[in-house]
Amino acid sequence: MTSETLTPTRPSRSWRPGSGLFRREPVAGQRLTVASGLGLGVAVLWFSLLVLIPLIAVIVTASEGGWSAFWDAITTPQTASAIRLTVTTALIVTVVNVVMGTLIAWVLVRDKFPGRGVLEFLIDIPFALPTIVAGLVLLSLYGPRSPLGINVANAPASVFLAFLFVTLPFVVRTVQPVLSELDKEAEEAAASLGASRFTTFRRIVLPALTPAIAAGAALSFARGVSEYGSLVLLSGNLPNRTEVTSVRILASIENDNIIAAAAVAAVLLAISLVVIVAVDVLQRRLVRRG
Amino acid sequence: MADVTVPAPRQRLSDLWRRLRPGRYLLRLIVIAYLFFLVAWPVYLVGRNAFARGFTDLEAILSDPYTVYALELTVWIALASVLINTVFGVGISLLLVRYRFPGKRWFSALLDLPLSVSPIVVGLALVLVYGGRTGWFGPTLESWGLKIIFNIPGMVMATAFVALPLVIREVVPVLQEVGDEQEQAARSLGASAWQTFWRVTLPAIKWGVSYGVVLCLARSLGEFGAVKVVSGNLDGETRTATLVVEQKYLNFDKGGSYAMAFLLALVAVAAILIVSIARHRQLKEPR
Repeated sequence: MTSETLTPTRPSRSWRPGSGLFRREPVAGQRLTVASGLGLGVAVLWFSLLVLIPLIAVIVTASEGGWSAFWDAITTPQTASAIRLTVTTALIVTVVNVVMGTLIAWVLVRDKFPGRGVLEFLIDIPFALPTIVAGLVLLSLYGPRSPLGINVANAPASVFLAFLFVTLPFVVRTVQPVLSELDKEAEEAAASLGASRFTTFRRIVLPALTPAIAAGAALSFARGVSEYGSLVLLSGNLPNRTEVTSVRILASIENDNIIAAAAVAAVLLAISLVVIVAVDVLQRRLVRRG
Repeated sequence: MADVTVPAPRQRLSDLWRRLRPGRYLLRLIVIAYLFFLVAWPVYLVGRNAFARGFTDLEAILSDPYTVYALELTVWIALASVLINTVFGVGISLLLVRYRFPGKRWFSALLDLPLSVSPIVVGLALVLVYGGRTGWFGPTLESWGLKIIFNIPGMVMATAFVALPLVIREVVPVLQEVGDEQEQAARSLGASAWQTFWRVTLPAIKWGVSYGVVLCLARSLGEFGAVKVVSGNLDGETRTATLVVEQKYLNFDKGGSYAMAFLLALVAVAAILIVSIARHRQLKEPR
């Protein structure tokens, strides 16, 4: 961070929501002063009061009844079926997102055509649209009055559709900046040596994109597993059929069964934590490569 | 002479063939169709359903004191959440980029946690700590006269929780991009830390902050699950706009539900549009 930074730098990376992939470059930084130390103290205090202590309370409450109570709470047939549906659907959706997200990122970066800006705009919509509105949005095309004649309302397919909608931006927005920074020379060399376009993509481009795709996939999985709002009106929340984990937790809260609610919530939290760690590791790998 | 000129047109021909490759159109078509059926058409239909009976439904929403109250409440809660997250977010970003301290990596990773926690879990977590009856701190706070859960402070907290990383995600890359030479120059010329922040740092990161604020506002206005758990959902007291959408739909007032959803979607779409247009302009103009 000395001589190189004296030259004016330009915003080379696109700053898009969800593309915070490059933000944690290991910069040395200065030591804390009194004022900044105080600021850090206040920030950590607020973060603890708002996020950490409440989330710890979930884990503590879940463990209050001991291991057997926890296990019983998450293995009742209805809860187990909700967790199974949520995790399976989120996995399938993640696979679709890996393929479609990479494809969309590829077309947005490498293909130039009028109206590309509109596609960019469409990808960000699920990011900002309130989830309850997202449910209503999907219901109007894939619900009982569907102009296409496709009605997924109250069927397991509605969960798949809702997850697909809300997780759309993640893989696209993590892959896009990496793809646009990618050096084309290696691809051109491969092509000039007689490699087909598909081989070039598989052997040259895909390995460079893998960490970004994996990070996007992890985020998309976490978002899918924790989804609630878009399903409220769409899935009908039928026990053992379309009920997802978040709905199950809410039902337990409303029945004043807080321990059971906390137990299921702890499972979701564990998934979120694993994803956060995975993304952090992948981001570090990306930074080292970049 | 011929030896030199022949390869050029040939190359141009193969270039042309490469450029006209059919696979490219196929990919383009797949992407357009996918986004059309998943996003564009459904979103358009919500707009159309909201105006299925002309302006009747929208007028009904805007003249009913309960829904107007819900809209106002939503705006106030969102503004509070944005204010908190902006001050907190800019401060944290400065600390993360400009300083080193033990546990920085963990802290930085944990800051993203709110993005992947289920909103219902967020609500439950806040109830467990701040709930009036059995929460960890709730009974004490209530004995001081501060009711948090089933009240507006809890709704602000839930909203601030879910939108927490958005400002940080926008500001940190910009801070890294601009570097700290100008700040150091200002300090060496005798500016105080406060002056340096207002006169040098803030102008340099103003775009990042603005994008963060707009995205945070959109997210805060649209929060549903976490607010549903902590609000109590009392009409005219703690019912926000997103809760009205659900309530009206379940009460078979679909027109009202679509009209409210349309208003919320309008704000979200406007936010995305503002940010993407501003970004596009900013990346184009040379600095």
